[in-house]
Amino acid sequence: MPMQTLTQRLANPTRFMALSAQLLPWLWGAAAAIIAIGLYMGFASPPDYQQGHSAKIMYVHVPAAWLSMAVYALVAASSFGFLVFRHPLADVSAKAAAPIGALFTLLCLVTGSLWGKPMWGAYWAWDPRLTSVLILFFLYLGLIALRTSIEDESLAANLTAILAIVGIVLLPVIRYSVNWNSIHQPPSVSRLGAPTVHPDLLWPLLTMAVGMTVLFAAMHMKAMRNEILRRRVKALRLAEVQLAGGYARQPAE
Amino acid sequence: MMAFRQLLARDLALAWKEGGAVGITLGFFLVVVTMLPLSLGPDLNLLSRIAAGVLWVALLLAALLSLGRLFEGDLEDGTLDVLAMGPLSLEGVVAAKGFAHWLSTGLPLTVMAPLLGLLLNLPGEGYLILIATMLAGTPAVSFLGAVGAALTLRARRGGLLLALLMLPLFVPTLVFGIASVNAVTIEAGSALPPFLILVAISLAAIVLAPLAAAAALRFQVR
Repeated sequence: MPMQTLTQRLANPTRFMALSAQLLPWLWGAAAAIIAIGLYMGFASPPDYQQGHSAKIMYVHVPAAWLSMAVYALVAASSFGFLVFRHPLADVSAKAAAPIGALFTLLCLVTGSLWGKPMWGAYWAWDPRLTSVLILFFLYLGLIALRTSIEDESLAANLTAILAIVGIVLLPVIRYSVNWNSIHQPPSVSRLGAPTVHPDLLWPLLTMAVGMTVLFAAMHMKAMRNEILRRRVKALRLAEVQLAGGYARQPAE
Repeated sequence: MMAFRQLLARDLALAWKEGGAVGITLGFFLVVVTMLPLSLGPDLNLLSRIAAGVLWVALLLAALLSLGRLFEGDLEDGTLDVLAMGPLSLEGVVAAKGFAHWLSTGLPLTVMAPLLGLLLNLPGEGYLILIATMLAGTPAVSFLGAVGAALTLRARRGGLLLALLMLPLFVPTLVFGIASVNAVTIEAGSALPPFLILVAISLAAIVLAPLAAAAALRFQVR
């Protein structure tokens, strides 16, 4: 038997189901523990000298914003893997990640506007960064809507994958275009040189980022398992109908 | 090249002769632009400030109206299957149809836009740049729109879905189109940088969009 690469071995749905069943409880536990520690560190951290306690919403807002973009990248990478290498799990991954990504994007928008009300005096300012996150949210909605409105599942998978790749090609252009003039906080963690966030505030933020990423991994794995089970049920039903002579109509889903 | 020209001529003939598609697009453009002053009130200063934005948004909506039918008729009567087997690659087919859509929608809308600019009190120095940006930007609308049309071909409620998919993707075209007009009429800055970016977006769309649209069509022809 020829040697398989790691991705090839993981791309086997049966092996994925066995592995994910073992991993999932640990992921849920780790996510809960890290987020609990992060939230405690966040509440215990000193308030910002200008923004007071309302700056603490950033411990949820910033990780959600990071994840909203990282998840889109994951959707696009999965779509690419599906279109090019035809990995059976790649489409399951793309389909499962899109609604979760939309959720994190919405979380980012909602926490951002809650913070914006006391800081800017308005829930929504047409600031370029807000606008580009809103457009990212629309892209997620488009992915979900396109998949649900095409009846043929394999056609829906292929077309959604193409849309995801078109989206990731255009996203940098969209971000650049809405960035014509900005009032948002300039980046303070990822910029070159030392971060401008004080370590007392940075550590809770990084802990929350790790915790929410693990949370995403757990949600994504669970959603992938559900999707694989749904496909198996569908295949079993089809087989049942065929055995019954093919006359019986397939029961409505 | 022969096949490309013939397909282009056929699509143009269809657009002009069949059911007045061009007329409906222009009529829709006129109606949308008329509704805005009615809802905002006849404040000429306000209108002249937002004229470029209104014209561009109305143009996008009018173009979306006809984009939904870009491949629909050809899929229904089997022409698309014949085209897929013909001498022209599917990328070429998409390019010909996108180009035909631009000639039958983008170009007439661009010609009409200055007239509607008069209704919106667009400042006199803005007309030349308005025509230039629309000439440069509408190919991006037609070609990016072709991707959306190909993706939503077999979808239920394809027209509405097309609008949801395409409007976010039109954002760069919209922003740089309006920015170059505003640079002349409001800010008195240089219109060249946003205009050149707009040209770049259009050129990239002409090259890349047929690839994506043809990939989408390939899954749908038998």
